[in-house]
Amino acid sequence: MFAIETQNLRKEYGEKIAVEDLTLQVKRGEVFGFLGPNGAGKTTSIKMLLNLVRPTAGQGMLLDLPLGNTKVRQKIGYLPEHFRFHDWLTAGEFLDFHGRLYRMARSRRREVIPPLLELVGLESRLNTKLRAFSKGMTQRIGLAQALLNDPELVFLDEPTSGLDPIGRKLVREIVDGLRAEGTAVFINSHLLSEIEQTCDRVAFIRDGRVLEVNHMSDLTAGVLQLTLRVGQPPADLAAQLAQFGQNVQRNGIDGRFHMTVDGEEKVPQIANWVFENGLTLYELSPGRMTLEERFLQVIGNDSGDG
Amino acid sequence: MNILNIAYLTIREGQKRSIVRLALIMGVLFLILFGVGLHFIFVQFEQVEFMSASEMQLPANVLTMMGLYVTNFLLIIMAVLISVASIPQEIDSRVIDTIITKPINRWEVVVGKWLGFVVLIVGYTLLLSGGVMTISYVRTGLELFNIFGGLVLMCLSGITVMTITLAGGTRLSTLANGVVAFMLYGLAFIGGWVETIGAAFRNEIAVNIGIISSLILPIEALWKKASLMFQPRLLSNPSFAGPLAVTSEPSDMMIWYTIFYVVAILGYALWSLSRRDL
Repeated sequence: MFAIETQNLRKEYGEKIAVEDLTLQVKRGEVFGFLGPNGAGKTTSIKMLLNLVRPTAGQGMLLDLPLGNTKVRQKIGYLPEHFRFHDWLTAGEFLDFHGRLYRMARSRRREVIPPLLELVGLESRLNTKLRAFSKGMTQRIGLAQALLNDPELVFLDEPTSGLDPIGRKLVREIVDGLRAEGTAVFINSHLLSEIEQTCDRVAFIRDGRVLEVNHMSDLTAGVLQLTLRVGQPPADLAAQLAQFGQNVQRNGIDGRFHMTVDGEEKVPQIANWVFENGLTLYELSPGRMTLEERFLQVIGNDSGDG
Repeated sequence: MNILNIAYLTIREGQKRSIVRLALIMGVLFLILFGVGLHFIFVQFEQVEFMSASEMQLPANVLTMMGLYVTNFLLIIMAVLISVASIPQEIDSRVIDTIITKPINRWEVVVGKWLGFVVLIVGYTLLLSGGVMTISYVRTGLELFNIFGGLVLMCLSGITVMTITLAGGTRLSTLANGVVAFMLYGLAFIGGWVETIGAAFRNEIAVNIGIISSLILPIEALWKKASLMFQPRLLSNPSFAGPLAVTSEPSDMMIWYTIFYVVAILGYALWSLSRRDL
């Protein structure tokens, strides 16, 4: 039913808790973003899902089969972070080897490898050794091996790492194509703009715990970022504005107030309140919240590397 | 069969690695040196009028056995070098992540690598030992006794060292693994000599030390068995064979012990990689 379903997955290394509680559900065919600061437990979480690391506690299913099941990997693709492979192989040999690991017949491998190379923009590199590949080309060939088996679920760990803007656009297009085919994609990325453009839902994780899971449309549609400028603001204006929203802050340089509100209806309410209190309104501009702003709001500005 | 896919990749990697190429080049250089040396020694012997053809068999025997002894040493070194970095390097570089997230069991990765290394070791043994025997036969006409049995035991010796190095790599870094492998080899080497000298002087404690070292890593015992298969009459006589003499022949049980030893260590390697976090 779900592409990924986990219940209280936990990983401890001695006394250190890498992941405290990973409980989430990823639907089939959706593109799911996994966000969190460094040291939040993202990589360990992916490793537990892929059986690279054994969970200390909890359970999970991938495509309705328990974690660690070998058969399910027939339907899974994975691009690791900082992807590398034996660089003495040519691109064609590399994909052929992974095709054999997927138990694909020779005829099938011959059928899928050329179009895959074309998909990632490496069609002329079939016989080029991986050691001659740039970082971006290595990432592209890694992406090709993750798609070799026509997977139902793909894990992409920092897929745009090392890619130029053209490469990043290519990844977006590939992810869009996978979504159109009904493939679930689980993306771990630091590039929030990429997540914003590609994902259907996102999970925020900090200190090894999922803080919230949101639809991207809810994140950017519901919450508004307001900028307010009034003449001669009273000293307690920030405190009074807090009745309409959250995170009210005054810019010490230009005197503007910034705050987040839950919905558009708060905009005229604030305008009326300003007039009723005899203040002069110079500016009241609502703006959509970016994922980065939401990320900082949920995760907090102070969460450093861990 | 994913085991065969991994074995194939391991053999290809072995062919590509510069260290293996260097070992092959050094092996060929060794064969050339052996052949040239043997030739000129026999040129001199052939000029001595009172030396009969049968008398010339003794130096031919000794030189050939020395050649095979060096081959055995190179084989052990090669067995460590090809396998020492195999698993730890793939873990460090995360190459293994891409492999074991495919529909393959971790034990298949270990068995595949092991099979690939076995092929490389057998190939290297046949090349070098076969080279020494062929050169010796062509130049001196020397025929060894049980060539097949001796070669099997030499291969088993290399496979034993490779298996323990491969197993070490499932838990240790490349450097630590190499240190452990060579220290074990040093222990077995010294233990073997202590046993040989102890047996010559009938010192029971020294013989027991040798036996214990053979139980820890049975490669010296295998070499003694192999050399006795190649030249039983010569090597059982210390006055002829000198340092190559086998003064205490290991029992046949040692061969079965080694096979059990390899299976047990390989079993540990499968278990170890299957259990560890990557």
